[in-house]
Amino acid sequence: MTATTTSARSELSELGRSETALRTFLHGLPGVDQVGAEQRAAQLGTRSIKTTAKAQAIDLAIRMVDLTTLEGADTPGKVRALAAKALRPDPADPSCPHVGAVCVYPAMVPYVAEVLRGSAVHLASVATAFPSGQAPLEIKLADTRAAVAAGADEIDMVINRGAFLAGRYKEVYDEIVATKEASGDAHLKVILETGELATYDNVRRASWLAMLAGGDFIKTSTGKVPIAATMPVSLVMLEAVRDFREATGRQVGVKPAGGIKTTKDAIKYLVMVNETVGPDWLDPDWFRFGASSLLNDLLMQRTKLTTGTYSGPDYFTLD
Amino acid sequence: MFEYAPAPESRSVVDLKPSYGLFIDGTFVDPTDGGSFKSINPASEEVLAEVAEAGAQDVERAVRAARKAYDKVWGPMPGRDRAKYLYRIARLIQERSRELAVLESLDNGKPIRESRDVDLPLVAAHFFYYAGWADKLEHAGFGPNPRPIGVAAQVIPWNFPLLMLAWKIAPALAAGNTVVLKPAETTPLTALLFAEICQQADLPAGVVNILTGAGDTGRALVEHPGVDKVAFTGSTDVGRAIARSVAGTRKKLTLELGGKAANIVFDDAPIDQAVEGIVNGIFFNQGHVCCAGSRLLVQENVAERVLESLKRRMAQLRVGDPLDKNTDVGAINSAAQLERIRELSDAGSAEGAERWSPPCDLPDRGFWFAPTIFTGVTQAHRIAREEIFGPVLSVLTFRTPAEAVEKANNTPYGLSAGIWTDKGSRILWMADRLRAGVVWANTFNKFDPTSPFGGYKESGYGREGGRHGLEGYLNV
Repeated sequence: MTATTTSARSELSELGRSETALRTFLHGLPGVDQVGAEQRAAQLGTRSIKTTAKAQAIDLAIRMVDLTTLEGADTPGKVRALAAKALRPDPADPSCPHVGAVCVYPAMVPYVAEVLRGSAVHLASVATAFPSGQAPLEIKLADTRAAVAAGADEIDMVINRGAFLAGRYKEVYDEIVATKEASGDAHLKVILETGELATYDNVRRASWLAMLAGGDFIKTSTGKVPIAATMPVSLVMLEAVRDFREATGRQVGVKPAGGIKTTKDAIKYLVMVNETVGPDWLDPDWFRFGASSLLNDLLMQRTKLTTGTYSGPDYFTLD
Repeated sequence: MFEYAPAPESRSVVDLKPSYGLFIDGTFVDPTDGGSFKSINPASEEVLAEVAEAGAQDVERAVRAARKAYDKVWGPMPGRDRAKYLYRIARLIQERSRELAVLESLDNGKPIRESRDVDLPLVAAHFFYYAGWADKLEHAGFGPNPRPIGVAAQVIPWNFPLLMLAWKIAPALAAGNTVVLKPAETTPLTALLFAEICQQADLPAGVVNILTGAGDTGRALVEHPGVDKVAFTGSTDVGRAIARSVAGTRKKLTLELGGKAANIVFDDAPIDQAVEGIVNGIFFNQGHVCCAGSRLLVQENVAERVLESLKRRMAQLRVGDPLDKNTDVGAINSAAQLERIRELSDAGSAEGAERWSPPCDLPDRGFWFAPTIFTGVTQAHRIAREEIFGPVLSVLTFRTPAEAVEKANNTPYGLSAGIWTDKGSRILWMADRLRAGVVWANTFNKFDPTSPFGGYKESGYGREGGRHGLEGYLNV
């Protein structure tokens, strides 16, 4: 890290002390032109990734999957099965890599922890009154501590969208700081719920706010509102982590979540990462897909590439 | 590292003949004096086909065929029937768009991504759009019962061979004229495939005639006394010569000539999108674009940041095989054009501007030039004044909006300009003062058949596209 980024970093860390300073900074970020951002995202989606590049992309995407189940109907049996699948996504092919993490509700963390113990697969838990975030702060923090205590090493928190949209940036900032502290050593992923932020300008501001407050990852969505991850939203977030590292030297990860269902979609995202932030982010430590059905499609395409035949969905476990 | 494997578009969709004749009066014929030339693939220098060179007698034949078709068939035909042919042509272009796109990339050197996603959709859209006008000319704002002019001589450049053909032929035919069109000598092949499409559409003989050849053929065509209208897109020098030769005749003239557009970035611009716009403005189609944003004017307080972002973005450009679907920048169209780009770039370095290109491996065969920017450029430098028509960007800075306007307008050209700012009022203020036919706001190189396109000053006169584009083909 150079001297300038060190001083920039300490200057930026002061921002959280005052509402005015935060507002001035966030509103001073360059705007996002909606048409231009959507056009660029669409253009990145036209790359043609074939043969060896496709095989490489599929294995990387599998390693980046946060295999997720966030349903009221989740049971210990279901999450154990999911955890087993996370370790060995394709039982028929030992060369198939394991996924990045399993992502569940706090109550399900202990069951997943039993299965994942000793493996390299991370255990993520949503917390902070996911998905709405509509609970008193102390309950959100207790939720977070409980998840960590049960064995989660990654926490997916939601921001207070109401406060953000009302312009109470310091309130959002302070909540993230408090959640980061409650997470202890666990990695903190900050869910912006971009579908509720309405504009790309807001997505950029929320991304910076989350990074300034200490988030290790910024994540698009809970998957519980109609608009989840989109290419242009993820593009704006990738530009934010790129600019943040340039300013501070600290690298922050990105996790699009919700709505990414096919290998083709996943590859479009990897192309976007490659051409926006570069190879430093092409790693499960820095980029994840929050998804459930995506994994099976990746496995089917992988099998197609290795064996030459396309097997139907019956050959892969349903979760 | 994530390396993209080669993803070449198949050439097999194109069925190239070893040689092509001239398309006169609905059929392919041999040239009277038997001359020919070769069209090559600029990415490999391989010969694609041998093409006839039209002489004075061929021009005579073609103009006579066009006159006959105008008098007997196309002129008297009701607009709704002309529309049927134009719609049919538009649909055939869509059906055969993959074939046309691959051939365009082979003959021109432009990446398949552009011919597939930009050129061909616009070509079809132009025919669809003007087909709609054919039976509504009374409502175009040129008075009751506007009449066509007659026989149009059209000479088009090599940068967008098929798109320029569409810009010329679609409005001419919709208005009731017949045409003799000469494609550029380095890119004649898609025009010849278009002639086959005219046959396939049963277009009456003589309505569209295609004469291949070089400068002499073009001169003979525009100077032919049987021609009523001349439309030219190309260099300002040739445009001047045409204006001189047409002066004092009854011929109506429209010219779309060179440009040296300013792309102006203010400090409140959406930087990431502005950088995309700068890249699209100058590296789209290898910079072979008359309205290319070849002069970047950036406000000095964000210049460093914009340039850093621009360089980072340029390092992502993939230069190489035009048929690879992941190629962003293809081949320079000809050895002569490459020579001109090199000469002007060398002049830029010699005059003290600082040159930068991202590291990129250029193929051994064919004509290639790496995307290049020059910083520290002043208004006095040749690279800030002359049209380079290649992937070379000159970067200048400004302090105030008034200075931006002054620098942007300080050129003999006036085709296009771009403004990047988040402030709507400033966009309008600038657009009022910029002497350019097209002003883009927070975008660049956007085309649409409904939107008129054309220049001020030495960038030519007349408009193509939109309702305005009909005026050049109507007796008004």
